[in-house]
Amino acid sequence: MSGPSTYEPKSGFTKWMDERLPIIRFGADLMDFPTPKNLNYWWTFGGILAACLAIQIVTGIVLAMHYVANTQMAFASVERIMRDIDFGWLIRNIHANGASMFFLAVYIHMFRGMYYGSYKNPREVIWILGVVIYFLMMATAFMGYVLPWGQMSFHGSAVITNLIGAIPLIGEPIKTYLMGGPAIGDPTLNRFFSLHYLLPFVIAGIVVLHIWALHVPGNNNPTGVSVKDVKKDTVPFHPYYTVKDGFAIVIFLILFALFVFYFPNALGHADNSVEANPLQTPAHIVPEWYLLPFYAILRAVTFDIGPIPAKLLGVIAMFGAIVVLFILPWLDTSKVRSMRYRPVARSLFVVFAFASVGLGFCGANDPDKFVFNFGPDKVALVYTDTNRQPQREVSDDYAALRARQSALPPTAGAAIEVQSEGFKWLWLSQILGAYYFLYFLVFLPLLGVIEKPKPRPASIADSVRKKHGSATPAAAAH
Amino acid sequence: MRFAKLALAGLAALAVSAVAVPVLAQEHGAPAGETGHAAGAGGHELMAPAHGWHHEEFFGTFDQNQLQRGFKVFTEVCSSCHGMKLLSFRNLGEQGGPFYEARYPNPNDNPAVKEIAAKYVNQIPSIDPDSGDPVKMPAKTSDRILGPYASDIAARVVNGGALPPDLSVIAKARHGGAAYVYSLLNGYHTPPAGLTVAAGQHYNAYFGGDTAASWSGDPRHKPPGGFLAMASPLATANVTFDDGTPTNLPQMAEDVATFLAWASDPKAVARKQMGAAVIPFLILLSILVFLSYKAIWRNVEH
Repeated sequence: MSGPSTYEPKSGFTKWMDERLPIIRFGADLMDFPTPKNLNYWWTFGGILAACLAIQIVTGIVLAMHYVANTQMAFASVERIMRDIDFGWLIRNIHANGASMFFLAVYIHMFRGMYYGSYKNPREVIWILGVVIYFLMMATAFMGYVLPWGQMSFHGSAVITNLIGAIPLIGEPIKTYLMGGPAIGDPTLNRFFSLHYLLPFVIAGIVVLHIWALHVPGNNNPTGVSVKDVKKDTVPFHPYYTVKDGFAIVIFLILFALFVFYFPNALGHADNSVEANPLQTPAHIVPEWYLLPFYAILRAVTFDIGPIPAKLLGVIAMFGAIVVLFILPWLDTSKVRSMRYRPVARSLFVVFAFASVGLGFCGANDPDKFVFNFGPDKVALVYTDTNRQPQREVSDDYAALRARQSALPPTAGAAIEVQSEGFKWLWLSQILGAYYFLYFLVFLPLLGVIEKPKPRPASIADSVRKKHGSATPAAAAH
Repeated sequence: MRFAKLALAGLAALAVSAVAVPVLAQEHGAPAGETGHAAGAGGHELMAPAHGWHHEEFFGTFDQNQLQRGFKVFTEVCSSCHGMKLLSFRNLGEQGGPFYEARYPNPNDNPAVKEIAAKYVNQIPSIDPDSGDPVKMPAKTSDRILGPYASDIAARVVNGGALPPDLSVIAKARHGGAAYVYSLLNGYHTPPAGLTVAAGQHYNAYFGGDTAASWSGDPRHKPPGGFLAMASPLATANVTFDDGTPTNLPQMAEDVATFLAWASDPKAVARKQMGAAVIPFLILLSILVFLSYKAIWRNVEH
């Protein structure tokens, strides 16, 4: 679809350059790239993500000039950036909130790709590269969160490295290499810092491949119908999409600025303002919000299956939730790209999206706490009976239980505790987690066979004309 | 197609709420604990002064007199156990700080700051250049506001095993911020009948923890809060405020909570002020870019 280059070098210098390093031609072709004219605002998140990556790299480089990767000094060095470095507070708030903004944008970008079937033939490689970027983003964000060396940094990294240790055979050695020793400490912090600096450049490299792969088949579009006629169906990327993406980026920056200037700590956790203390574990350890759905899937698995223990199974499910994205192009068997024309798939996708967000809520909450209570709390008398069997008597009436308790001999070790019943977050995460996998592994493969798609427009130009109700296509402006 | 748009818009809204709601859940439903983590209010609504917290408002600022009063409470009461090692004395005289004066752009020249540093009770450990012996030197404006103990171990020995936390970022490190500090200082209620308080411990209705093990009544009605080693620091304190503000416990608690909120994030006011310029600029820019977009696309059906 990119077609032959339309660039004509005009001046002596550009002609000279074009014969040696045709980089001007490269840029001109990139800007002139034919892009479907019916892209909606969901397509602007590619540009937004490029802006996010640039912002993270620039602010990160400045932060690295002041940060000290040492367990004794890291926490204070971050605070020093916030207090004593000129505009350090600004740069650090942008970087810390930028991670959240980056993930917000990437999730919308991914849901858009899933809804409009942007992963399908011939765009499988674009999608896979995207999933690689997403995976690297998660690794980078996780390591970045460890650097301020707060309580959540330390204990969060302990949870994640322990997970890797649960993998049979290779888990323990990988865990040791990751931590740089038998426990989390200075070697861990130093290698996390090193990798946290390295990975964004790896991401940038894969972004280049992602865009390169995009420029072979060209953009998908909301109808999913391929470009038939470049003249009628497309407009040049510049100025049409530079200005549209530019507008979306500015709107996104307003949301970004709102967090940076007015709610800089809203997406963080108060525990991370307490310096890391290996001897004191926070009451509940939670990752950053963007990793919560996977954390919920990890904790949803509380049962062994055959010889596989629950812990390993949870790790498998968590990584499986990401791995399944890599094979999504082949799991979805439908020939129709856009879910606009797939009524059943569209409903199931909406449920999938809600389930994914719901899993995030599950991840934020204690799995043993209740989403809602079944009724008012009761009290239970627990004691050991004369046959040395544990007993539990539940009642609403505390005074009655109290009387029972005093009637029991001291050897019974009777105690009264609260008994509450409700719908556990654990159960919700199991239901939603099951749906997550059902959607990919059962619904999408089956729907391609059984679903009857709605009629699709003959071309992009046709779909646009229908929308506006005009009989003849208006001429493109160029 | 309309449905798809609605669904996707709903999805975006959900994505945004996915950010917001866990945050709110973490802010309010905070679990309890010891000093090692951000203790919550023990499932208890936090207290606030009748006029609220001005500095937490969208364009809220700090009252310099209040910051000075809060600092006085800190020096006369808190600093006998707690330090603020992330702050230097000079920070007190920086823009937005309690002792800032426009005619001293360099806070190290500020006589008020110099005076505070010079007479600070917790002197700075140093080495005597003549004898090589460890000595304590009077603080300079560039020195950190250290606590009185030479080490954490020394602090624990004196405080019945408990470690008085450094207060530099305490408002940021506790759910509720200034409101938590204020509630804690006001929350030394008489323990309800049926609650056993161990020797060396003090009941506080707002301290993170669990009273279940010390409660002999209906476990569904256990008192909120927990126990801590610090006795009510302001109960016997009598800080005379230089600006004539009457001294009482709620006033001292409010002032010191506000000072600690400032100390946790001394650039908060500068941050909000810059936001008030950046966001309108971005809104204006978005209008201009939107008009360009409309102009460029005017002849394209899309």
